[in-house]
Amino acid sequence: MKQGYFTIASNDKIAENVYKMQLLGDASSIVNAGEFINIKLDGLYLRRPISVYDATPKSVTIIYKVVGKGTEVMSSMKDGVLDVLTGLGNGYDLSLSGDKPLLIGGGVGVPPLYLLCKKLISENKKPTVILGFNTSSEIILEKDFLDLGVDVIVTTVDGSYGVKGFVTNALDGLDYTYVYTCGPLPMLKAVYNATKTSGEYSFEERMGCGFGACMGCSCKTLYGNKRICKDGPVLKKEEIIWEK
Amino acid sequence: MGEMKVNLCGIELDNPVIPASGTFGYGYEFAEFYDINLLGTFSFKGTTKEARFGNPTPRIAECERGLINAVGLQNPGVHKVIEEELPKLRKCFNKKVMANVSGFSIDEYVYTSSLLDKCEEVGWLEINVSCPNVHGGGMSFGTDTKNVYEVTKSVKKATTKPVILKLSPNVTDIVSIAKACEEGGADGISLINTLLGMRIDLKTKKPIIANKMGGFSGPAIFPVAVRMVYQVSNAVKIPVIGIGGIESAENVIEMMLAGATAVEVGAANLINPYACKEIIEDLPRVMEKYKINSLKDIIKGAH
Repeated sequence: MKQGYFTIASNDKIAENVYKMQLLGDASSIVNAGEFINIKLDGLYLRRPISVYDATPKSVTIIYKVVGKGTEVMSSMKDGVLDVLTGLGNGYDLSLSGDKPLLIGGGVGVPPLYLLCKKLISENKKPTVILGFNTSSEIILEKDFLDLGVDVIVTTVDGSYGVKGFVTNALDGLDYTYVYTCGPLPMLKAVYNATKTSGEYSFEERMGCGFGACMGCSCKTLYGNKRICKDGPVLKKEEIIWEK
Repeated sequence: MGEMKVNLCGIELDNPVIPASGTFGYGYEFAEFYDINLLGTFSFKGTTKEARFGNPTPRIAECERGLINAVGLQNPGVHKVIEEELPKLRKCFNKKVMANVSGFSIDEYVYTSSLLDKCEEVGWLEINVSCPNVHGGGMSFGTDTKNVYEVTKSVKKATTKPVILKLSPNVTDIVSIAKACEEGGADGISLINTLLGMRIDLKTKKPIIANKMGGFSGPAIFPVAVRMVYQVSNAVKIPVIGIGGIESAENVIEMMLAGATAVEVGAANLINPYACKEIIEDLPRVMEKYKINSLKDIIKGAH
């Protein structure tokens, strides 16, 4: 973990209520895909944890949806400097992927899979990506994944684009070695039940600190109590207990 | 440079800054950020007889200048703390640590305290009779003078180290509670724990916290803490540790003027992991600004 000051390089709307922000600064502590950063905002007490979409040693890009006060404040920022904690959370473990990992993202759970996909490709794996949304106006990042040269299946609940239904409706006939997923809790549960291989599931929870001190975001797992912020947000399929 | 040393219940502290229980884990994780030996000491995560998961999530809510937490004393239980957490701490901390103890009966307080009393690295026992997040124990002890007296007396009988009672602000008369601790033989008092609070989500129209209520902390409660430290330090002879919303060296000095011998810093650690380090490093500058040669000389300075 590292605390640092980042300059806002860009902050653009990419879909209804969804924004992409690029921050410039020392991002060298970001190691794994699936990590998050924690941003201090003027006038708000707690930092806001946002997953990493892409990172280089000198920049980090996030994609976030406006869901409350914090993200609303962020969405109106054009420039300036932010106090950010980077290198938070465990992230995804690439070593377990096998040759043909399946990446399943839902809504604003899609962004962290982008950096993961890039890293898997750099290790000569052949990922397939399923992106699930409610409707066509919410679709994000389809082109980003296509530009990486991977197979992308988009699902929409209302059938306005791609496969009609949920991400699990797109599983038929797919051959995969491992599952990496991030999205809303009902989607994670559905993926858990519908997929046959092991995998890694990224969770979210209201956090206090974001670095393991306050125990605000704890969950029970078959491997003992874990803090979503420090021991997660990525849990292995084998350890998950569905409490909610 | 001014003198920052203070004496807390017979043990000298290099400075009066102590990370508060529940915001600093068992210390070793913060040692990744800085050398925690620069702290006065720290109070470790509230420890109970049995392991506890705590309350269901969500257990954190944002507030103006603070937060509500309803963690509910998640901890691995006293045996694991002694066997697993303290050995890890020993590798990165060479000062005496403050052991924070919670319980659901007098027997439990005594059991946990007497085990931690035998640990060499423990300097003080801080008895939490004020957690707002657990039913049937915790705070109910801290809101009744008879109970507080009994807990204090029983723990004192079973231990040899200084016993500090951590008090709740959620009472009608904080002074009478503090006096009951002193009568029971307490060596010190720390206050305040969190204020009982609630936030409601306008979208769901339900409380944000799964447990509905939780403890409100952060800079918003600082004036309440200063007032209570002032009142209590005026009424008892034992040292008082001031807690509540401290986030700067100026706050430390104000709390000491109110009557605190040392201070605990809580919520600030969660926003800025370097908060205590920065406060300690800034203290000499602020002491010089206000012409303070020695911090121990300003204790109760406002009385």
